[in-house]
Amino acid sequence: MTETTATTELREPPHLSDATPGRAQLGRVGDFLLRSILPLVLAVGTGSIVLVAIGVDPIQYYKDVYSGGVQFAAWQDSLMRVAPLLLIAVGLIVAFRAGIWNLGMDGQFLLAAAVISGIGSRFEEHLPNTINLVVLFLIAGAVAAAWTIVPAVLKARYELNEIITTLMMTFIGINLAQILVKGPFQDPSTTTPQTRALDFSALLPSIPGTESSTRRWPGVHVGVVVALIAAFVVWFLLSRTSLGLRLQVLGASTRSARHMGLDVPRLIIVTFLLSGMFVGFAAATEILGVKGYQRADWDPAFGLSVVPLVFLARLHPIGVIPYVVLLSLASIGGDYAAQNAGLTPKFTLLLVGLTLIYMALTEWIARRAELGGSYFPGASYRRQRASGTG
Amino acid sequence: MTSVLAATDVFSEQALTALVAGAILAGVPLMFAALGELVSQRAGVLNIGLEGMMLMGAYAGFVAAYHGGTEWLGYGAGLLAGAGVSLLMVLFCVRWGLDQIVTGIAITLTCEGATGLIFEAEFAESRPTLGAADKVAVPVLSDLPVVGGKGESNGSIFTQPLIVYIGLGLAVVVAWVLRRTHMGLNVRAAGDAPGALDAAGVSVFATRSWAVLFAGAMAGLGGACLAIVSTGLFQDTIVGGRGFIAIVLAMLARGRPLWAILGAMLFGASLSIADWAQVAQINISTDLIFMLPFLLVLVVLVLFGRRAYLPAALALPYERGSR
Amino acid sequence: MTTGSPTKPAIDGSEHPAVELVQITKEFPGVLANDRISLSVRRGEVLCLLGENGAGKSTLMNILSGMLRPDGGEVKLDGRGVDIDSPKHAIRLGIGMVYQHTSLVPQLTVLENLMLGESGMRLNAADAEARLRELGGSLGLDVDPRATTGTLALGQQQQLEIIKALWRGSKVLILDEPTSMLTPKGVEELEQILARLKGQGLAVVFITHKLHEAISMSDRVAILSQGRLVGAIEPDELRSATHDELQERIVALMFGRHASQPAVAELAAEAEWGRSRRVLDTEPALELEGVTVEPGMGEIGAREVSLVVLEGEIMGIAGVDGNGQRELAEAIAGQRSLAAGDVRLFGHSIARFKVAQREKLGLRYVTDDRIHEGTIGSLSVALNMVLKRIGKRPFWERGRIRYAAILSRARELIGRFQIRTPTPETRVATLSGGNVQKVVLARELSFDPKVVVYSKPTYGLDVMTTRSVRQTIHQQAREGVTSIVISTDLEELLDLCDRIAVISRGRIVGVVENGPSAQQRVGELMVGGKAA
Repeated sequence: MTETTATTELREPPHLSDATPGRAQLGRVGDFLLRSILPLVLAVGTGSIVLVAIGVDPIQYYKDVYSGGVQFAAWQDSLMRVAPLLLIAVGLIVAFRAGIWNLGMDGQFLLAAAVISGIGSRFEEHLPNTINLVVLFLIAGAVAAAWTIVPAVLKARYELNEIITTLMMTFIGINLAQILVKGPFQDPSTTTPQTRALDFSALLPSIPGTESSTRRWPGVHVGVVVALIAAFVVWFLLSRTSLGLRLQVLGASTRSARHMGLDVPRLIIVTFLLSGMFVGFAAATEILGVKGYQRADWDPAFGLSVVPLVFLARLHPIGVIPYVVLLSLASIGGDYAAQNAGLTPKFTLLLVGLTLIYMALTEWIARRAELGGSYFPGASYRRQRASGTG
Repeated sequence: MTSVLAATDVFSEQALTALVAGAILAGVPLMFAALGELVSQRAGVLNIGLEGMMLMGAYAGFVAAYHGGTEWLGYGAGLLAGAGVSLLMVLFCVRWGLDQIVTGIAITLTCEGATGLIFEAEFAESRPTLGAADKVAVPVLSDLPVVGGKGESNGSIFTQPLIVYIGLGLAVVVAWVLRRTHMGLNVRAAGDAPGALDAAGVSVFATRSWAVLFAGAMAGLGGACLAIVSTGLFQDTIVGGRGFIAIVLAMLARGRPLWAILGAMLFGASLSIADWAQVAQINISTDLIFMLPFLLVLVVLVLFGRRAYLPAALALPYERGSR
Repeated sequence: MTTGSPTKPAIDGSEHPAVELVQITKEFPGVLANDRISLSVRRGEVLCLLGENGAGKSTLMNILSGMLRPDGGEVKLDGRGVDIDSPKHAIRLGIGMVYQHTSLVPQLTVLENLMLGESGMRLNAADAEARLRELGGSLGLDVDPRATTGTLALGQQQQLEIIKALWRGSKVLILDEPTSMLTPKGVEELEQILARLKGQGLAVVFITHKLHEAISMSDRVAILSQGRLVGAIEPDELRSATHDELQERIVALMFGRHASQPAVAELAAEAEWGRSRRVLDTEPALELEGVTVEPGMGEIGAREVSLVVLEGEIMGIAGVDGNGQRELAEAIAGQRSLAAGDVRLFGHSIARFKVAQREKLGLRYVTDDRIHEGTIGSLSVALNMVLKRIGKRPFWERGRIRYAAILSRARELIGRFQIRTPTPETRVATLSGGNVQKVVLARELSFDPKVVVYSKPTYGLDVMTTRSVRQTIHQQAREGVTSIVISTDLEELLDLCDRIAVISRGRIVGVVENGPSAQQRVGELMVGGKAA
């Protein structure tokens, strides 16, 4: 066995970064470029080719993305998109770090959104504004967390694969949300299937000095701040607390976790609940910050498009922030550019999927050159398993 | 909600026929996809990208059938499209040993994005449709009530487009291949103990690659059936979770193709309850109906999931010399 | 014990040996596994490749069987140079290999396993069955063709592997540590099979790290140490010298000039310690009463196990692998729940206690799976040492990690257990097997251990680390710690333990006091006889 020296991070407890030492060393800059930039570049490049094939001018398209996402006041709109995306990313990171595939985030998101859209308007008369907002936030978190209980228990007690169960819950959740919006939460004053709109005053306050065009209330809402705080909280949780280490042990190996005396079923459920909670908060920022109400057919599907970002950032809650910002810009700008080009906004989804594919490619390249490090925390473990004795 | 217990309407011949016919219509795409996934899982590859492959198959199948004038071109195109997408899976997961789950998600995402794009670009305005596929009526049996289906617009068990019977036959063939040929033996060994297969001198990579390609082809074919037979049109939400249902079906089928058929028809029934409800004049919200298949999956998983057969080396990449 | 098996000289008159390895070299990152090794094997001859773990024996044979390609050197079969690029190729050339870890698919039937890899489209079960009967007969074996392979006893599985290795008509048979899973009777049966194979003109190579096997089962011994061929013992010498002379010569060859008389004497002295009986007059530290554990898939479980281990005692549990040892160990540690029975620690029942609680009471478990269970490779050495105390003082204060405390503790343990690691923050995945085991020991043996369960503690380790692990166990016993050592290595148990229990199919079939006749009695118990 080799006894190479590991490059260690001194400022941060080593267990947070997952890089395994490799034979060749690219240097931090080279590694960053290869791992974190190259896939994006390749995806954008491929996207351009696709655009050309459809007859859209890629330069113009990306220019539009820029102007729609960044220029003038647009960057503030993009900033607001960061809130839900970052919160979902953080929720995913908590789960993935523990080796739990919570793929139900879209269902959790919509249900939480539906519930607070529906009942939010009922509370606002009785409670002072700030308390109302806090309560709604907590309710959203609770609803989304509750929606993870079924897959959580199934995995904890019966070891049922959570990929399938969370996906099923997503489909059920999306439909349930629609039923709720069309049913008990329907706005009685209109026939369009949507909930009653919250009063302006009941929405999230803005950060002073900002402005925005996409929400009904001018200014960037504080949800962004909430998201940033959440990212730091999760970073702290994972790297400095006992719960965080327990999650990582669980993520490394369920067998080891049991051996070390961890209460695995309880950990699984706690992880799911935490993960769901953040997704619920994401829904709250979007409803209480941007939309104020919910239409029955609304399904922004933030969840799945955040997945590649989370891996690009190697499951680091702070490291994912720049990627989320990038995706926000691409989404907001992309909506604008797509409109101009007569395309569907789903194009961004294509770019995201391509990014993930190119990430897999760079992963392979890095592996071949034995550069060490990995996007996917489970990868080295799975390789070890297949290889028997180390 | 009007009373569900209008018994005469609910169990009328028309209603039941609609149920059975609908079950088959919805079940056939599931059957193909599940069959393919079953083989892939047996060989040790968990193919989460099935949904994406079905989508591409649906698109390719629809376009080919629409422009080519015959459904068979559509099926062929669907096959090829699905297999083409699965090449990614072969390359990344089988050959390069990358994480199967993440690759599967990536494939699904990309296909969703791509087909969404294409749908908007090509069909959003025109929304073309295909005529109903020609049906083959099994002599004698197609005269039976409820299950016969002769003359019905949707047919029934014994009156279906030829592709359906081909699919049923295919399941039987797959079962036979798995049990009685070397190819089948290799597939089983690849999933249970790839090291042993390698030591016996058979290429694990080749075996798994073929299995994955087969799964992709079947998924593509299933998607094409969805577009051509089941609905007659294409839109980007056409698959809507069926790929994932097929994955579960494959897991629950415990490696036996005939169970996959049964499961597919069962879930097909749950997917088509909307039609049945309509004919039986039951008034249930469509959202509730759409939830049913997924609820059913959960229930079935809870009841039978613990006995789901999963090959020992599922989702683990194989590396030679690493015993 | 006979030295050298009765044998005739090479059967056919051809000049060329069946297999010849010429200057084989193979390198892995940081390790020269094979360094210009040259050997040959004749037809009708049994060659033993002897060496400690990590000496390069398996690598060499993997080259011969097509799993690996050499970096330098040449392989010759019957005098002709060949380039074996895959197991398939090796099989075609007539080289059959029986691996240490089974190369059979447990879920398939015997016939299916045998047919695996044959050409053609359809499976021809009838032909296969006929051939099985033929081959089995010539070796004196009888296996049920329709049995599911996973349900066969380990000895039978190995016999099936030999049949499979010969299935396509082999001229060379390689066996990798064939006796590691066998009972003494199984070893005898294996010797008979080897004799028959020799009679049929096959060239046989078997790999082992056990000295006495090499001496008793082979015609020639080739000794490997650290990737090099350091010596060979020819048939004449094997036949004529005594066992002790041969042992001395082999040890001298293996350890070079460091193996002076004192070293051998030291080894012998340590063996003496184990064999002398200690008189223990203490209270029971660990009691198992009717312990029953439900078996999972492919397991045997534990059936009404009752055992009393006295304080300060070293109790061994002997048995062929897969007879319920792991289930029992996990039940003691608290990782599995009891279907029936009780576990008592110093008189108090702990059956309801979870792993963490038992750990706190001083009950420790050194698992045999040090890489996938005992440590987390992606975490640092320092963290691995406190993984069973997450959240507890002084390493965590109110949920927050106190990294300085962890590091200082780690440095202390690294010194005490002489763990070779660049820094305490190095990831465990980069350490050698021996050092990983030391990390596990450091963790389990800190914070006042009272009862420690060791599962295969020296499995796969190099000689130096093996010695130090055994010394550690001795040392702990002198300090009053109770030890339970589960091992498949009878020598080791005889070396270490005061008493040895034998586990078979989930039950304790007997407990033997260590002494001169212990080996024989344990062997009988393993096969099903009763201890005298």
